[in-house]
This record gives sequence, structure tokens and C-alpha cells, in this order.
Amino acid sequence: MAKVREVCRHVRSKNAGPFWVTFDFFFDGPENYRKYRDSPSLSPALFARLYGTDPALVKRIPVDDLSIVKISYPRATPQGGMEERDMHSGQQYVRILDVELD
Amino acid sequence: MAEGFADGVKVLVPTGSLGAGVREDEVAYGLTRGAHAIACDAGSTDSGAAYLATGKSKNNRGAVKRDLSILMKAYADTGIPIIVGTAGQAGGDLNLDWTRDIVLELADELGLSPRIALLRSEQSRETVKRLNAAGRIKPLPPLGALEDATIDACDHIVAALGVEPYVAALEAGADIVLGGRSTDTAVLAAYPIWKGAPWGPAWHAGKIGECGAQCTEERESSGVLLTVRSDSFEVEPLSEANRCTPESVSAHMLYENTDPFRLVEPGGVLDVGEARYVQNDERTVRVAGSAWEPRPYTMKLEGAGRGQYQTLMLVGIQDPDVLRDVESFHDRLLAALYQRTRSAIPAEELGEFHISLRMYGWNGVTGMPVAPGTPPPPEIGMLFVATAATQELANSIAHACNPYFFHYPSVMDKELPSYGFAFSPADVPRGPVYEFRLNHVVEVDDWRELVRIEWAEPSSSAHAATAETAHG
Repeated sequence: MAKVREVCRHVRSKNAGPFWVTFDFFFDGPENYRKYRDSPSLSPALFARLYGTDPALVKRIPVDDLSIVKISYPRATPQGGMEERDMHSGQQYVRILDVELD
Repeated sequence: MAEGFADGVKVLVPTGSLGAGVREDEVAYGLTRGAHAIACDAGSTDSGAAYLATGKSKNNRGAVKRDLSILMKAYADTGIPIIVGTAGQAGGDLNLDWTRDIVLELADELGLSPRIALLRSEQSRETVKRLNAAGRIKPLPPLGALEDATIDACDHIVAALGVEPYVAALEAGADIVLGGRSTDTAVLAAYPIWKGAPWGPAWHAGKIGECGAQCTEERESSGVLLTVRSDSFEVEPLSEANRCTPESVSAHMLYENTDPFRLVEPGGVLDVGEARYVQNDERTVRVAGSAWEPRPYTMKLEGAGRGQYQTLMLVGIQDPDVLRDVESFHDRLLAALYQRTRSAIPAEELGEFHISLRMYGWNGVTGMPVAPGTPPPPEIGMLFVATAATQELANSIAHACNPYFFHYPSVMDKELPSYGFAFSPADVPRGPVYEFRLNHVVEVDDWRELVRIEWAEPSSSAHAATAETAHG
């Protein structure tokens, strides 16, 4: 068990068009990448719980050469709506840093 | 590859976004390296829907003019073409006209007579409805099938251009091509493809270069030079102090993108799953193995429109009685503001409205509960946002709430507090909420169905601006 912040050298979240958010988990090296690449903790259910997205639409793509896992999900409300608080979704990653990985 | 391009087709990408700051020394370096064309985009959807909905540019006119003047001087010196995509931030007709006028002004000032092509991709609501009725518009997740009401709610709709309209304009002799909304990639891939470069490396180079120096190590420089060859491409920063590495280049495929390996573009899919990135020399990365899979031609639609209107108020709060339990203060204040609004403004006048309070310094970004045991903050900024059908109504709600928002007590038997507000008048009419409403693709047999090529002529030329359709 380790927290996301302990095994990633960098985590970022960003809009990918007005309707999607994408997270990049830059693991600190191939060892932790291999260990957590398929971790069930970074599940669609986690993104549904934290970000109110439809778990059926969450996409997860490992990038072996860079030791990066990319996870993307549709925003609960489109970018720039009445209750927008994070236009680029650039702060959304913070909530995931303390998630424990199996 | 076309004759004369044995050493590759070289595209100078001066910046990730026109108006962000083109550097003269970087452009000069790219020209000495033998650039054949200059290409960059001038916008994206990133900054929100306002720019498409209103037709206004985000970047300042002076900044765009300054960048264009450097590029147009490079054109004057060398004769190489300039290609700009997603003109004026959103690439609607108004955004494109704004950019055209700057280019015409500069042509006049510099005494140039370039052939200027405008690629218009704005679509009327009637066109979109007709295509939709014909079953040619498909939703992209998470949106569903397109309704006419959604089309009507868009102030402007654009279709994202692929490479073909750019190639057609270059083939017709354009010196400067100003594109409406385009895929970022297409703007940079068009020239190499026109010169016969293979589509896989050309599109991949376009994706890598779309944000300028974002794919380099030192992102404070601006641009890159792309060299597309018969089996690969190379990318090199325009700043000699900067370098590209296989990691800096390959990592760019992840940026603002849900799939780093497959990119859907008009007329095909770029697949970089087998691409290999190698350090070619100290500053340059070479990429081979990029593949293009042709597909039936589709263009992505973007549509934006106005929603309801908002009025803001802001206070700073250091009152320890409030901060001891900000969550319950928030809930009590919000309930009081709703009640006050409903008692001050008749229901039939009020219609649907919304009030939100955002506590910056506590949970302003998420609006969600903070971790149990979090100590009180030293202060918060409390933002009031009223949303209603008209600006006047949103203002009225703010006026009705004003005394409550500035003086709502945390402890009922103490004298009324005054929270720290910074402005008078204290309410800020913010204008409408702008929203993207389309996330759909349209299938077309021929891109000319949705794209018009026009020619703008500098005032020094014999004729005023003329228009002709791509069908000719």
C-alpha cells in the first residue's frame, strides 16, 4: 500500500476539450509503475465517487515507455457552466494524491 | 515528396498560439535552417466558450498584430507562406474577420500584397439541422443525440477543418492562409502533406508541434522547427539554448488528450502506438513509425451559446466566530439569501435562479467538505454568485442579498458584523454564462460541403475583397 503522492513524481489534471478531463500519473520509475499500473484502486468507481462522473465512460491507458498511466473521464458538468469552479480542471488532481493504492 | 524537398519539408512553428509572443530571433533561426512555411494556431476551446459564443478574441489585438508583423516580415523577406488556424481564438466567422483585418492593416503598413485565403468553417443553424435530420451528425460521449433545441441554443457553430482546405488554398496560390476552427494538428500538417510528405509523420509532427515549445525541455522559449521526411520527422526548438528529448517530445502526446496513441482527425486516425522517439543530435528528436489510417471523412462540430446571467459579490472574512465553523455558517447564510431573494422579488418575476457561495481559502475549488480535523483558516474569501435569466434580475438578486451577505451574523446576540468588502458598488455584473453545447461529428462526402474559401485582398490591390466558393 502506498499513497499516490508517494509513488508518483508528478500528477496532473487538465481539460481535454470542453467535456473531458484527463489525469496523467507520472510514476517515479518503472518499478512502481509496474507495481501500480493496473492497481484496482484507480478504478472507475473512484472517479465516480470523487468527480461525479459516469464510471462506464472512464478510460485508462498505460504508457509503458514513460511509466505514465493516463485516466480520463467526462466532466459531470461541461466546462464553463453556471457552477464552474475550475475551468481547466487543473486543480482536480489534488483530491487524488492521498488515495491509497493496492 | 515533391521536388526540392529531398532534405525534408520544414515547418517553422513560431508559437503555440498566435498572440502569445513570437520571438524575432527564433523566427530568424528557423529561416536560416531553411523553413519552407510558417504555421501556428491562434486559439482553442481551452479558455471556455465565451470566445466562440461572442466571436471575440481572447488575445489582445496589439499582441496578435505584433506577432503577425514578425511573421509577415519573414514572408516579405523569404516568400514562404504563413498558415494560421483557429483564427481569433475560436475560429468562427467573426473571429476570422478580426484576424483578417489585422493582416490587411499590416499588409498596408508593410507595403505587401500577399494573396490571403480565408477558410470559413462556421455553420448556420439551418445547415446543422439539415445535416442532423439527414442522420449525418453523431454524438461523441458523454453527449447524446443532437436535438434541434440544442442547435438553436448555440450562437455560433463551427466545424473543425482538416488539412484539405489548407492544401486547396496553398494550391490556389495563397501566401497567407487564415483558417477558421481547425484541429491544431491539421494547421501544421497541411503544408508537408501538400508537398507530398507521408501522412503519418506529417500528422504526428503536427500534434507534437501544436503547442510550440511545450514539447521541449525549456518551455519558456516559444517555437519549434518540424522537418517531415519520407519515413519520419524531426523536431527541434527554435531557441538554440533549448533542446528536445525523447521524453519531452513523447510526453506531449499526453497533453490535453484522452488517448495518447490514437488521435481522430478529419479523414482518418493518427496511430502512434508503434512510434519510436530517438535523440537525433543534442537538440533534436527524430520520430519514426507514425501511422495514418484513412477513415470516412468526419468533421468535429463545436457550438457555443449564452446561458443565464451572473452577478458577483466578494467579501473577505477573518471573524473567528465565522471561521470556527465555516461550513455551518455557509449553510445558514445560503438559506437566508434564498429566503431573502424569494421575499424581495415576486416569484413570477424571479423565474429560475441560483445562488452559490464559494469559500476561497477553505474549499473554493471543490465545493466539497474538507477532511475532518482540518483547522480553521486564518481568513476566507467568500464569493457570491447569483445566476438568473437576465442581467437585471441577477443584479436585483444581488441587491436584495447585499445587506445579508455583508452583515450576516455568526452569533445571533452579538452586534451585526461587517465583513471586508473591497469595492463600491459592491456587486459586479458579470454578463452571461457561456457554454459549449455540441460535442458531435458530422459525416461529409466532401469537405467543401462545410468549408468556403474566400480571398481577401490588401487595399493596395486593384480589387476589393472578393468571395468565391471552393466549388469555384
